[in-house]
This record gives sequence, C-alpha cells and structure tokens, in this order.
Amino acid sequence: MPTEILMPALSPTMEHGKLAKWTVKEGDSVTSGDVIAEIETDKATMEVEAVDEGVIGKIVVPEGTENVVVNKVIAVLLVDGESMEGWSEGATPSAATEKEVVSPSAPSAETVPAQPASAPKLEIASDPDIPAGTKMVSTTVREALRDAMAEEMRKDEDVFVMGEEVAEYQGAYKVTQGLLDEFGKKRVVDTPITEHGFAGIGVGAALAGLKPIVEFMTFNFAMQAIDQIINSAAKTLYMSGGQMGAPIVFRGPNGAAARVGAQHSQCYAAWYSHIPGLKVVAPYTAADAKGLLKSAIRDPNPVIFLENEIVYGQSFDVPDMDDFTLPIGKARIHRQGSDVTLVSFGIGVRYAHDAAEELAQQGISAEVIDLRSLRPLDMDTVIASVQKTNRCITIEEGFPQSGVGAEISARLMSDAFDYLDAPVLRITGKDVPMPYAANLEKLALPNVGEIIEAVKAVTYK
Amino acid sequence: MVKKAKPAAKRATRSKKANANIVDYDKEQELHAYHEMLLIRRFEEKAGQLYGMGHIGGFCHLYIGQEAVVTGIQAVMTEGDQVITSYRDHGHMLACGMEPSRVMAELTGRQGGYSKGKGGSMHMFSKEKHFYGGHGIVGAQVPLGTGLAFHNKYKENGNVSVAYFGDGASNQGQVYESFNMAELWELPVIYVIENNRYAMGTAVTRSSALTDFSKRGSSFNIPGMKVDGMDVRAVHAAGIEAMEHCRSGKGPIILEMETYRYRGHSMSDPAKYRSKDEVQKMRSESDPIEQVRQRLVGKEWASEDELKAIDKQIREVVGDAADFSLKDPEPAPSELYTDVYIEA
Repeated sequence: MPTEILMPALSPTMEHGKLAKWTVKEGDSVTSGDVIAEIETDKATMEVEAVDEGVIGKIVVPEGTENVVVNKVIAVLLVDGESMEGWSEGATPSAATEKEVVSPSAPSAETVPAQPASAPKLEIASDPDIPAGTKMVSTTVREALRDAMAEEMRKDEDVFVMGEEVAEYQGAYKVTQGLLDEFGKKRVVDTPITEHGFAGIGVGAALAGLKPIVEFMTFNFAMQAIDQIINSAAKTLYMSGGQMGAPIVFRGPNGAAARVGAQHSQCYAAWYSHIPGLKVVAPYTAADAKGLLKSAIRDPNPVIFLENEIVYGQSFDVPDMDDFTLPIGKARIHRQGSDVTLVSFGIGVRYAHDAAEELAQQGISAEVIDLRSLRPLDMDTVIASVQKTNRCITIEEGFPQSGVGAEISARLMSDAFDYLDAPVLRITGKDVPMPYAANLEKLALPNVGEIIEAVKAVTYK
Repeated sequence: MVKKAKPAAKRATRSKKANANIVDYDKEQELHAYHEMLLIRRFEEKAGQLYGMGHIGGFCHLYIGQEAVVTGIQAVMTEGDQVITSYRDHGHMLACGMEPSRVMAELTGRQGGYSKGKGGSMHMFSKEKHFYGGHGIVGAQVPLGTGLAFHNKYKENGNVSVAYFGDGASNQGQVYESFNMAELWELPVIYVIENNRYAMGTAVTRSSALTDFSKRGSSFNIPGMKVDGMDVRAVHAAGIEAMEHCRSGKGPIILEMETYRYRGHSMSDPAKYRSKDEVQKMRSESDPIEQVRQRLVGKEWASEDELKAIDKQIREVVGDAADFSLKDPEPAPSELYTDVYIEA
C-alpha cells in the first residue's frame, strides 16, 4: 500500500495553507528528513520533510495551489518497489475530502474544533463612527493591527513596539510583520523572554513620556508581569495626584486558541476590567481592531488590548480612511433584534452571531451587541437594548465566577430591573482549567447550542 | 537598541571594579552635605514623632542613618537625571529638592501633599524634580528605573536614571531581568543598592547566598563597586565614576552602599532581630552626619555655635513643614474620583 503524504498542520490554529513549492518531482528518491515541499500560511513559510524512505509516486496537489486543507493527500510515496497501481485518492479513510475543513489534529469529523472552523461572513450593522459611503477594503485582523501600529508610529516618534520576537522574527503571530524594516531596531525592540522585566521597563519609559506598545506573545504570559501592569501602570496617576501617567498599550492574543491546554488558554478580560486606571479593549472585527488600536496608542492612559489568535487570519471590511479611529468605551450593535439581547465581545461575538442566525430561522429575533471595550463598559447601549427586548444573555470564554457576564448581570439588576422579564443568563467558559482533549475542550468552551437553549429559556419558547 | 558586539575578553574584566578613592571635601561641600543630611535626619525624626501622635497613618519607613547615600549621589546629578526608589523614600525626595512641607503634608494625608494626600508616605512623585516615586512593591522600581534609562537612550538626551533599592529587593527576580536588558541595551542607569543589612527583619546573611551585592551584576557583565555608604565623600566619589560610566555610553553600573538604618523597618517594627549594642556602635562610630560635623569642627571650618545655628534653622524648616502638614485641610471628598484617568 503506498504511503500518503498529507497536508501538515503547522500551528495549533492552522486550517489550510498554500502549497507553495515542490522541491522534488515524481520519480525522485527521498529519505526521511529530505525537504520535499514548502508550505505557506498567513503566518509563515515552512518546509515539509519526508518522513519515510522511498520514491515519489505521484504529486497529487500541484505547486501554487491555495487553500489546501490540513490532512488532504498532497503526494504519494512508494516504498520498497511499490507501484501506484490500485491507489486512488479518497480510497483510504484518513484522507479528508476537499470540501471538509478539518482541525489540524482532529482525527475525525466528529471532533472538529470547538470554534466554528471557518469565519462566517458577518453582516455588521453599520457603525455610526464610519461615515456613510466610505470605501471598504477586505483586511485580516492581523493586517489591521499591524496597519494601526505602523500608522501611529509614522505619526509619532515616541511610539515604539517591544516584546518577544516582534522584530527579526516578524512577530510570533506575524502581527508586527514588516515593522522592523520600516522603523528599525530602535523602535521595534526584541526583548528576552522576561515579561515581568520588560513590562516594567515599558511602564518606566511611559512614565518618562514615551508611548510603548508592549506585545505579550499571549496574555497568559502577562501573569508574570501583572504586578507592573496593575501596581505601576494603572495606579501611578492616582498615587501621584495626577502628575504622572503611563501612556502604554499592552497587547497580544487572549483566551483560548486551539488545543493549547490550560496554561495557554485563559481569558483575562474580567481580570483587567476589574482595575480602575486601566482601559480594556477586546475587538472582534478587523475594523474595530484597527480603529481601537490607533485610539489605544494615542490614549494617555494604560490600555489592555485583548486580541484573539483564532480571528487573526479572519478578513473583515475595514474603512479606507486616512486616519480611522474609534472611540474606546463604545459598544456597537452588530445585529438588530427585538426578542432577546445577546451581549459579548471578542470571539464571543462569533458565537452570538451564529446563534442569532439559527434563532432567526426559528422565528426568534436576537439583538447582538459587541461590547468592544470592557472598561469603560458601555452599559447605556446594553440597557437601551434590554429596554426593548427585556431579556439578556451574556457570552464570554472566560470563567463564570466574577466574570464580565456577572458584572453586566449585576448592572442590569440595579439599573434596568424593571425592564427585565427574565433573569439574565450567562454563557461562559466552564468552571475548569482548559482541558487538552479535543472533545473536552469543546465542552469547556461556550457553544452556539448553549446560547440557543438559554434564549429559549428566557423567551419561554 | 541592539548594541555592537564587544570583545569577550574585555568584557570579562568589567564585573570587578576598583573602589573609588575618597576625595576630600572642601569647606563648602562639607557644609552643604551637613545641611542636606541634617535636614533629612530632622525631618525623619519629626515624621516619627507625628506618627507616634497619630497624625501619620499606615506604613512609614524612616531613612535615619542612611542620609549619606542620597546626599552623595544627588551631588553628582545634573538637570534631567531621574531618581526612583522604594517606599523608604522621604530622604530621596528631600535630596531631590522637593519641599519638606509638601512631603510632610503627604505623610499626614492632606491636600497640599505632593499627591494631594492620595499617595501617602510610600507614593510621592515630582515630575518637576524628576522624582519617579515612591514604590511599594519591593523591587518593582528597578524595571521602572531601567525604563527611565530606556527613555533617555531613546531620546538621546544624555541623562542618567538612578534606581535605588535595598538588599532585600536585590533578591527579586525582576531585578535580574532588568540587569540583563540594561546591559544588553547599554542603558544609562545607576543601580544603587542600599545595603542596610536587614531586609525587614532578615539579616543579609540569612537571606542572600552572595552578600557582596556589588557582584550581583557579574552574570550580566555589569560592573559594581562597594562603597562606604556612611561616608558622604565616598558615595560622592563613587557617584562621579558611575555617572562617567553611564554618560559615556557604557551601560549600567552597580553601586553597593554599605549603610545602616537606625530605626526599625517601619514604625511598627521593634527591631528585635538585632542588638541595641549593634545599633549603638553604628551610631557612635559611623554616623554620617557626625563624621561631617567632626571634620568641620576639626578643620575649624565651622564653630559649634555655627553648627547649632544650622541645626536651629533646619528645625525651623521642619517645624514649619509639620505645622503646614497639620493645618492643611484633608483632600476634598470630590478628589476621590479624580486622577484615575487622564481625559483622552
């Protein structure tokens, strides 16, 4: 039986990639370790090595093919005088069909990732902060973040980026791609792996007047630095009677990626939103990522900017404007509705959106609010919606106790009690450390089914 | 900010540095040092008194005994150089030229204090005097001070940041994270380790595997000097060398100040971990102010009467500061919600 060479997954969140180049041709002999192909994702170009000794029997996917899904057969290797006779694509059970998008490490279709595998096309209710008729350009969240930083760095010499792998490596998630070339080593600073130290250096530089953007490879690592973020960055303005503030942005991916286990999957939205002196932003769309990051860099206060690895590669329309900024602290209605209000932020908006689509088919009209900022928290927008729908469900990936949903629930209780026809329900990550097993991870994260169930409970349907 | 490579052999020799030679002070320098140190001493005595009377609350860490350190270093600083330190910060603020009355009013939690009464003993700042606090988390000021130096290098302003911390903070991990980056990026920062022998109640020999703090930068090739922190002239001389080192672009340097605090760690510390004799011996044999006084009298640069007059004048300044700090009103209740954010 010939050996099938499958499209490999190069990162925990990779779903497909481009087969950029074959470095072997049919009939070539290879031994394990030989480079046979190059694969490109939106993050990186990687080499594929042969894992067995043999002869390349057939190249199934020609070079230059885009969007080759992970686990698809890309070539066939003949070992010990085997022939191609009798082999046909799809004959073996492990091969994924082209239409099926399979999680990198998921063994079968039953365990596809907990997150919706491909980004849904969102119909975003128009943002009042974007002038009508503005030309839109499809942009990934990753590019939007990079563009925001580059634009602000061009405008202001005091803005610089520091963090692990931000410069020569071009960013662990390629968010800082190209910045080193344009701005040089002085302003795009690779740090050692030393979060507590470089967060403190960033705050010190900010107290003296610079405007650092500190990238954490993930906010999970920022726990090493949280003393400097809270005790030094957030509190100094108050402790100094208003003399000294820290105009600094701490940014990076937050929350679960895919199958990265308990120590790399936590959502810190609730933690930071607890702290007076910090602003906390958690955008979902690329337009919000760009407009809010530019505002965060200009903000004279410390801003926690929570991104999400899974949406980095997702494209959205971004307004083509010379200087597009969005106000921090303003929620946006993603979708109008009348029966129930779904409140979320970050990747949670995706769950809320998918649930709203499905509910619409069942005759239930859900309004979806993207908070965008968690501090200041735009309760006015939430309350105005609840006054209309009289019901509210919150959705977040973080833990349930003392979470963002708990806060919204408490504020609705005190400020909109008379408008509620049902208790506020929270859909959250489960009250457990994030498990690794694909099925358990799926159970630990919020899902669309839970949202629909909660909506039906509060609408008595 | 990446530095050019240096020959390894040259760098290997850098971690040990000869101690600076003490240079004798002239009359003017001696009188200045006497005045500066006595101001700190009298201020702290008054603060201790006000604490005992209940006018100062919370934590209050006095600097008595360590006055020569800030006085000697301040003498080598130029406009724009920054200072950052821990919560034992009153002496540093007075040395920076901050007003005694506003420091005292912060201690009593009044609106005229440097932080409008919102910071307290441990948290005072003065942008004008380049004093960056006043930090309550042991060791946290070290990365911050390194960040001030990062700013100086970024802006190419020629200034140097002085980050003070104690023998206790010297065991915090973030100190070494800072050392690494400071040397890697050749940041102009002087790390002044005030070794007063006790991290709260734990003697350095019980807390530190290496008690020669001047060597604490050796893993990073940061040179260090051991300095008699009770002799203001020694501190001054070491400060000159350290400033030259930083201003010439050679990166950070460590000055270990061997000093002593006479009082407890804070006002609520009875200091049972050391003998009365030990404290008394330091007071009678090494007191930084007494050393200057003896030289002034011995060289007939000042008479006892003249020195008493200086003391009287300082007592008046401190007395006025205390009066102000008790008469000044508490911050208005509306101040509770100000200074949380700067309006964007």
